[in-house]
Amino acid sequence: MVELRLPKNSRIKAGKEWPNPASSDNIRKFRVYRWDPDTADNPRLDTYHVDMDDCGPMVLDAIIKIKNEIDPTLTFRRSCREGICGSCAMNIDGENTLACIKGVDEIKGDVKIYPLPHMEVVKDLVPDLTHFYAQHEAVMPWLSTQTSNPGTEWKQSPEDRKKLDGLYECVMCACCSTSCPSYWWNGDRYLGPAALLHAYRWIIDSRDEGTGKRLDELEDPFRLYRCHTIMNCSKTCPKGLNPAKAIAEVKKLMVERTI
Amino acid sequence: MGFQTNFSKVDGLGSSKEGTHHWWMQRLSAVALIPLSLLFVYTFMQILGSGYQEFVDTYSNLGNAIVAILFLIVAFFHLRLGLQVVIEDYVHSKTWKVLLLIVNALFCWGLMGVGVISIARIAFGFVG
Repeated sequence: MVELRLPKNSRIKAGKEWPNPASSDNIRKFRVYRWDPDTADNPRLDTYHVDMDDCGPMVLDAIIKIKNEIDPTLTFRRSCREGICGSCAMNIDGENTLACIKGVDEIKGDVKIYPLPHMEVVKDLVPDLTHFYAQHEAVMPWLSTQTSNPGTEWKQSPEDRKKLDGLYECVMCACCSTSCPSYWWNGDRYLGPAALLHAYRWIIDSRDEGTGKRLDELEDPFRLYRCHTIMNCSKTCPKGLNPAKAIAEVKKLMVERTI
Repeated sequence: MGFQTNFSKVDGLGSSKEGTHHWWMQRLSAVALIPLSLLFVYTFMQILGSGYQEFVDTYSNLGNAIVAILFLIVAFFHLRLGLQVVIEDYVHSKTWKVLLLIVNALFCWGLMGVGVISIARIAFGFVG
């Protein structure tokens, strides 16, 4: 059901203001969502001051510095620090993106950091993505064939390979799905832009022999047709992909096989 | 909570293998409404503010009556499809959802029937 207010125990309270080192005149304020499952406390917004003269340029550099030097209890996911693993997806300055490729200088004023919206929080900036990953699994993100395996490899022409550009680059960071209002209200049944983009990536793969079955599995008022072309997914994708277009292509194929 | 696996929760009751017809009809009726609503509103604006007799005369004309009837059929058909989507989006209680879907159908089919029969009565000369 659409929820206009957060549940009582999820409302964000004012948090701790950590001391300002005042070591330089290039101090940026970071206001970061904190929630600890081991206490009964509500989430809070802690304020940290980071000396940008002594810090890398990206938001991830700043929160790693906070964890290393100010507050080791701050919890977040990160790995590759170059936009390829999708671990550090979070809501920065009101937009879902990867902390490792979002420059602090792109943000005016305080840097506000929250976990990905409308997901259950494991701790601080770590959302629970188990349902999201299961949705990815549900679209069968692998080559499905009937013909026996060729002696060498499944061949694909350069033109057919080109059709996968703009789809295969998805790193499953969940920025798109968690920016989608339809996913917020119906994420239990709606597969969401990320999973649907992956579904389309296999539907148009010339080597795949499961197209009809894939479309059968998607054809559902909730799995596919909760997409109302809101386009938040394409606007927020940190890799510059266009999940809304992939979903539109799936809808076109659905009609194509009936007329 | 329970011990249901994540995959089982996602798979749910399986794919219902429908939704395409609903989506396609919503698109088609939207396109049909572009000329129909322009024609209907144009005719209606001509007689807006005039008297009873002008309305009866206008819709006694077969062309005007056909446009009005087609407009009412397509508009309420489109409205029902659209409101159904809104209900599915926002109403998650099973009882309320079924109730509202029924109310939606009765409301839209009902108004469509009232409108179509009223125009037909004028067009066929039962009124005026």
